[in-house]
Formats: sequence, C-alpha cells, structure tokens
Amino acid sequence: MHADAEGAGLPTSVDPEPGPEVTVDVAVIGAGPAGLAAAVTAAGAGCTVALVDSGARPGGQFFRQPAPDLAFSPGITRPRHRGHRAFRALTAALSRANHRDDGRVTELFQHHVWHVATDPTNTERAVTLHAAVGEPPRRRRVVHARCLVLATGAYDRTLPFPGWDLPGVLTAGGAQSLIKAQDTPPGHNVVVAGTGPFLLPVAAGLARAGCRVPAVVEASAARVSGPRMAKSVVGAGAHLGTKLVEAAGYAAALARNRIPVYTGHAVVAAHGADRVHAVTLAPVDRDWHPRMDRSWRLPCDTLAVGYGFTPQLELPISLGCTIRTDTDGNLVVSVDADQRTSVPGVMAAGESTGVAGAETALAEGTIAGRVAAGHCGAGAPSRSHETALRRLRAHRSRLHRFAAALHAAYPVPDGRHAPPGWSTWLTEDTIVCRCEDVPLSLLRIAATELGATDARTAKLLARPGMGWCQGRMCGWATTCLTAGLSGQAPTTVELTGTARRPLARPIPLHLLAESTPPSHEGTSDDA
Amino acid sequence: MSTPARPPGNFEITVDGEPVPARRGQSLAAALFASGRASWRRTRGDGRPRGLFCGIGVCFDCLATVNGIPNVRVCLAEAQPGDTIHTQEGTGHDARGC
Amino acid sequence: MIVIGAGIIGASCAYHSIRAGLSVLVLDRSGVASGTSGAGEGNILVSDKPPGAELDLALLSARRWSELADELHAEDPTTDIEFDAKGGLVVAPDERSLAALHQQADAQRSAGVTAQPLTTAEVATHEPNLTPQIAGGVRYPQDAQTQPMLATAQLLRSARRHGARIRLGTTVTGLLRGSSGRITGVRTDRGDLFAGAVVNAAGPWAGQIATLADSPLPIEPRRGFVLVTEPLPRMIRHKVYAASYVAAVASDQAALAVSPVIEGTRSGTVLIGSSRERVGFDRTVSPDVLGVLARNAISLFPFLRDVAALRTYVGFRPLCTDHLPVLGPDPRAPGLLHACGHEGAGVGLAAGTGTLIAEALTGTEPSLDMAPFHAGRFVGSQGVNREVQP
Repeated sequence: MHADAEGAGLPTSVDPEPGPEVTVDVAVIGAGPAGLAAAVTAAGAGCTVALVDSGARPGGQFFRQPAPDLAFSPGITRPRHRGHRAFRALTAALSRANHRDDGRVTELFQHHVWHVATDPTNTERAVTLHAAVGEPPRRRRVVHARCLVLATGAYDRTLPFPGWDLPGVLTAGGAQSLIKAQDTPPGHNVVVAGTGPFLLPVAAGLARAGCRVPAVVEASAARVSGPRMAKSVVGAGAHLGTKLVEAAGYAAALARNRIPVYTGHAVVAAHGADRVHAVTLAPVDRDWHPRMDRSWRLPCDTLAVGYGFTPQLELPISLGCTIRTDTDGNLVVSVDADQRTSVPGVMAAGESTGVAGAETALAEGTIAGRVAAGHCGAGAPSRSHETALRRLRAHRSRLHRFAAALHAAYPVPDGRHAPPGWSTWLTEDTIVCRCEDVPLSLLRIAATELGATDARTAKLLARPGMGWCQGRMCGWATTCLTAGLSGQAPTTVELTGTARRPLARPIPLHLLAESTPPSHEGTSDDA
Repeated sequence: MSTPARPPGNFEITVDGEPVPARRGQSLAAALFASGRASWRRTRGDGRPRGLFCGIGVCFDCLATVNGIPNVRVCLAEAQPGDTIHTQEGTGHDARGC
Repeated sequence: MIVIGAGIIGASCAYHSIRAGLSVLVLDRSGVASGTSGAGEGNILVSDKPPGAELDLALLSARRWSELADELHAEDPTTDIEFDAKGGLVVAPDERSLAALHQQADAQRSAGVTAQPLTTAEVATHEPNLTPQIAGGVRYPQDAQTQPMLATAQLLRSARRHGARIRLGTTVTGLLRGSSGRITGVRTDRGDLFAGAVVNAAGPWAGQIATLADSPLPIEPRRGFVLVTEPLPRMIRHKVYAASYVAAVASDQAALAVSPVIEGTRSGTVLIGSSRERVGFDRTVSPDVLGVLARNAISLFPFLRDVAALRTYVGFRPLCTDHLPVLGPDPRAPGLLHACGHEGAGVGLAAGTGTLIAEALTGTEPSLDMAPFHAGRFVGSQGVNREVQP
C-alpha cells in the first residue's frame, strides 16, 4: 500500500506491510487535502503519523487520482485537476517523510474505519481506530494514537425526485470520478443538474471526455460572476479573483462546446424503465417550487446531479464532538481557531468543519497538523511558527467568508423559511430511501398517522435510512421532509439523529468477532 | 495490501458468464459501465434496478457478487484478470434462504 | 388519567384504559418509542422465565398480544405491527446444560407453558442453519415477536382514534398532590395538568418519576447492545438463544454478562444480542462487547461469519433490582400507579401490563394476582435493595 508512486514519480514507502496494530503519535483519518496537509505537517514536526483512508491512494475527492497503471484512451490526457501542484508537493513531502525520516508516516489505504474510541486516561493510546481493510474487507487493523485529526471530507448532497433511482442517474461527483479516475465516460448524452459552482467543472470535464452535454441545470438563479456575488464576497481578497478566473474558464469551456446553462431551473423528474432516457426541466422559484406549466422534456442517457456537498460526520458524532448546523444547512463539526473539536485530543479539518473547498482544507489541515504535533510535544513553539499559524488562520477565515458567500449564492432550501419547494417535486410513490425502497407515502403515514414528528422516529417506523447506506444518501432530505410534514424546519438535534452511525462502516461479523484485543479472551483465526 | 503481479493492460472479466473487457487500474464499476451496463442489481423490496450512483463507496447502490462474495461495492474494487461478477437479485444471499 | 411515557408500556396502558372508558392523556418528554421501546428486539417470550409471577404475567401477555394484533388489524386493515408467532428455540451446548434446560422446561410446563424437547437432529429440521454442535434444545411455540416501534405507534394511534390525547416533547418535572396527600396531576415544562390518576410508565427513568412522588423505586438502567445485520433471506426461523441466557437475565452482577440471542426480522435483518451491563446511561459503543456478540452469534449460526453488521444500537432496560415489574397503585402516593421495571421484557409484558392497569383503574377483578408486583414491597427499603432474590 503505497502513495501514488508512479503518478507522483516517487519511490515506494519503506514499510510495505504494517502489523495488525499500529501505534503512532498522530492518527489522521482521510487523505484528501486536509488529511494530507495534516499528516505532512505533523510528520515534518517530528511526529509519527498514521494516514488512514478508504481510498486506494491519496487524494480524496478533490485530488482524486487514477490508478497509476491505468492507461488513458488515445487523445485523453491524464487529468490535471485544480491544485495539482499542491497535491504533488504534499505527496512528495509524504514520501520524504517516509524515506529520509524512517517511515514516519504509515500509509493505511483501503482502510474503512468502523469505530473510533477515546480514552482520556491513556495519553499514549488516547485514541484507538478500528478499521476493516479492503473491499470486500479481508482483515482488520487497529491504530493507537495520542491524538486524532478527522479529515473525513464530504460527498454529494442528494435530493429525491421522481426517477432519481433510475440507472444512469449519478451524483455529479460520481460522474466526475468516472472521468477523472477511470477514463470512463458515464454516457453519451449527459445532463448536469443541481446547484453550486461544482457543476461547471463537471460539465466541462464531461465535454472534454467526449460526452454530449445538452444542458447544465442550475437551480439557483445566481451566477458566480454576477455583481451580487461579487459584492457578497468582498473581503475574500485575492482568492475571489482566482475563483472568478477559474469560473470564467469553465464558462468559456461550456460556451466553446455550446452547452446551454439554465439557471433558476431544476430537473424535477427523470424518466425511463431500466435506464434514464429523458428528464423533465422546470423553472423554479427561490424556494424551488417548480413552474410545471413551463416545464419541458429533454432526452438524455445520463443525469449527473448534485446539490452541493454534505460532510461525512459519523465518526465525530460517535466521538461526541459538538456538532452545529452550517449556513448551507449541513451538519458540521464545531472547531476553534486551532481546529480543535470539543473532544480533547481530537482535531477536525476540511469539509467536515464546513464545506469550503480544497484550499480551505489545505489551510485547516496544516493548522490541525501543527496543533496535533504540539499536542504530542513535538515542534516546539517558536515565533516563526506562531506567525505562520496566525497567517494560516487569517487565510482560513477569508476562505470561509468566501465559502459562506457561495452558500448564500447557491442555497438549498431546507425548510427554514418555508416548506422546501423541492419537496413538491416528489409524488407519493417517489422513493425517498434508495436502499429500502421507502416511498414518500410511507414517510407521510409515519409522520401524520404514527406520531413521527422527527426523522429518527420516522426511520424506526418507515425504515428510511435503515439499509446498506444507513441514511448517508437520504438522511438530510428525509430529515427535511419529516420536519416539513410536521410544519417545521429540521433542528441540529434531528439532523444528528439521522447522521448518527455507531458502526461507521458495515463490517463482516467475522472481523468484528476478531476485533477484541488478544488479551481479552483470545482471537479466532483469520482463515 | 500486498501488491499483486501487474496484470496486462487489457484483460477480461466475466459478468454472469459473459466476457467483458476491463483495463488495468479500472474499477469493476467502470468496466461494467464501459460495457454498456448501467445496472447490475435489483432491490429486494420492489426489484428496482441499481447501478452506479455515488461512485465513491458511500451509497452502496453498486453492490454485486464478486468472486463469490456478495454485496461488494464494485466502485471501490479494482478489476483483476479473471474476476467473476454476478449480478444480484434481492439480498445477494437469496440462494441460501430456508 | 395521565400516562407518563409514550413507550410500549405507556401505549398499552393508554390503549386498554381508553377502551375501559377512561379519558387518557399520554405525555412523553421525547417522541414515540424514543427510549427502550425503540432499542429492543420486540420479544414476546414465555420461554425465558421460570415459574412464578412474571411467567404468569408473560402467559397472560402472550395471549393478549395475539389478540391485540387481531384487534388492531380489525380496526384498520392496513395496520401491521409485524406480529409473528414464530416460536422460540433454546439450545444447549452440552449434556449438562441440556439437563438443566429440560428441568426448567418441566417446571414451566406445569405452569402452563408449551415446551417441546428436541434432539439435535430435530433442532436441525427446525433451524437448518444452526450449528450441529449442540446437545439438543427445547422449542417454545408460545414465544412471538413484534416490531416494537410499530406496535407502540399503532397502539397509540388506536388510542387516539378513541379519544386519547398524546403530547410529545413534554417533560414531567413534578407530581401534584392535593391536601389529602393524593396525587392530583403532574407539573410539566408546559404547565400543570390534572388527572384522577397518574401512571408511571417511564421505563428506565421510572425511578426518577417515583422519586418526584417521594416514593422511590429501585429501578436502574441495564445497558444492552444489539447488532443488526445486512438484510438476508429467511435464514433463521425462531428466536434462538442459548440456555445460558436465562442465567444472564437473572444475574445480579453489574459487570458484563453476554449470552447469544439471535433472530430474524420481517425486514430481513438479523438481530444479534444480548449483553447486560449496569453502567448507568452510558451510550458509548464498546467494540469489545460487539466482538463478543459477533463471536457468540457465529458460534450458533456459522453462516453469519460472512454476513455484515450494518449498525448497532444501545438501549437501557429498566431493571428493577428484584427482577420483577412494579405494577399497580403505590400505597405511599394514592392516585399514582406504576407500570414499570419490566427490564428486557417490556414489549412482551406490555399487553398484560396494560390490561392489569386498566383493571386497577376501573376497579375490575384483576386477570392476575397483583400482589407480587405491588409497589408496597419497597416500603421501608430505602428504595434500593440488591439482596432481594427473584
């Protein structure tokens, strides 16, 4: 298990196969920008680090890397994403940490962390991670650390609509990962829909990969380059300029490919039997109530849809970290200026603390890595160190202001002001929970007949969120829907109720059976 | 994860007995998609077709039986020469019920 | 009357009382089945109880449950509480425990329980996926299961149809007493509410309600974890548990006691229990306990080895320290009735409990001798007495 050795032009790491138990100073969960920055920073300060990620290689969602040995099709170059240089610098630093510094970073890829425990009475092993290795999982690994950096990232936020579970309907992030990491276009004729600035690079990437993109459908009426937007991000400084240039680049790419962008519109239904063959587009108002009299059908074989991102929070919730609702309606981990959560020895960085992009994640990961090192008594504080931290914090604050402006420009109605208009896209038989085939009608009965005034009770009575994904896909929307059926907006407590997953990943029972430490009754064999 | 011997650039996997081309470094889900398949599972409730949705291991839509092991997220599993995939109906364990 | 608690016990008390002609208000500080009722398996068991008052209540309750399922269905054909008279199967790993199991079954039979001894081969025909590494077992056809959240919600829904009122998100902060010392209602965070009688159905928090009435009861939370697997086809037909379960239930130790209890559900998942610990209301997941649960489950059903656990949940059984529920009027607080202390058997005992509480409130001849459940047994005991034996 190595870093992206070939892709980054680096030798492989020193320790190819760590034992079933790994003990380090700092455990970092997530090897996206925040986790990489935290790991490299903590290692640079002299700490031993375990970098744990469910992916096969570093990068996370932002810096998603193809397998080093994947041969791209003729005419298609290996993708160079935004921030490629930052990524290369981080992986190079990671490699240095391993070679020059005796394998200071233990890279644990394809590790699915199913439980994290803290023990404040044990400084050496204050944090213990339990992971299942591989897909399908083949064995377990336990990581002990003095402190933890959570950099678990985010995934596409989805909303239900009729036909959203048809094959050929993918998340925007899923479509992008097929192109970027697999060199596999998701279809020939791909509608891109949802909200947020991420839709533009997805559409541009699809066009570059040879797909026809008949429409980009943006529910918000905002344009990232519009004057309202520019005004709202005063204070974001130079970063705004970079972002605007970037957005202009994508807009130009769309124009070049004659891809129409419908702002203030939404895909309110997908049609097909065994695969989507058309979508219904409709203009939507501010709360996303559609004007069906002005709707029309657009043929396609694929729909890439995403309503921004939602952080992956089961680990911080299980740990008891204080959680809050961010301006975009998402649950996020509360952190202080040092990225410390409310649980001692646990830092959080990146999207889990607020969806704010890769550059923010890099800054936060760097801060968290330094603070983690300080927690372990490494990297003695110096004036330059303090100055650097101060600069990073200021940078982080600017970036978060920019993110808040983006959230304001691309809001997803959650019922805070009025019942979300997107709830009217659904019909009674629209599936809200993809895993358990739960239609809206059952959710409605649970809410109106059975007294389920909150999503957790609705889940127990009607089973949305009880299947394989444990509500990762439908949790946010069903919480909004359930609250809406009682005429309310979801609270942080209710959102947390559907995001609580004491098993953070499914785990085969034989691995769970082995997970008791050997001192405790002996282990069974791993045949 | 020990590094397996490098497979050749292109090879075959089988899907319900049919040969399907795959590329070194490609996920099983991508190989399935590239072969024109958009779904490879039906839900146990209403028998609704499921394929790739999130593409990053979160949604568990893309489950298939791989080399005899049911309910593998094929978006996370890298294709290896000779992999056999079986599409799933229901729970993926249905042949074993009593 | 006011019922404190919208769990399975409170729901059954409301259901039976409104049918007995009382006006009913149910209060809960949280939601429907938000406590222990939403964290259990929905067991309706007679098999795990030795002859005695609790077994009598369990037999009454098991009968009532099967009637309740029919009553609810007759009232509204769309109502489904996933009642399943699947039967229980207790297996013994060796000859010694089999002998003890047979001895218990003999005693239970004389109390009215149907208990069928099975050889290893007979067990295999009833549970083809069970390990053959057992000495034998006993089948209990009266054991059943319901989906406890649905059952709670449907009982409350029916009570509401008949005029009961349900107020969720209302916390009882005190009990009101009249000049005669009689309980006349409750104080809540939303104001005072008056009633002719108050029923304490607050589950593991029932001791706190009793304390508000200056009538302490020794009720403590006893933590348990349940593992839930991925959905499967029907692989397990009965509720299957090891003979050691009975001993674990009856044990008085605070430390962890684990005994395998495995069953399938209508939704396809398999539920894996059971663990018992007295650690207060600590919800921290223990990987060690989950590991033991998984190991035990695999030892009974080897196929579970390759099955994934999707989630786990924790619940707190309302343990009364003498292992008997507290039912009926409290002599220390006239107007207050208890319906609590059912430990892990609350769903199973709920149907009988609701019946008995409605009878007590209306002065009807009780279906069962209530004396063993009387709250008066704690008078003068300072509330907690760990020495009392069942």
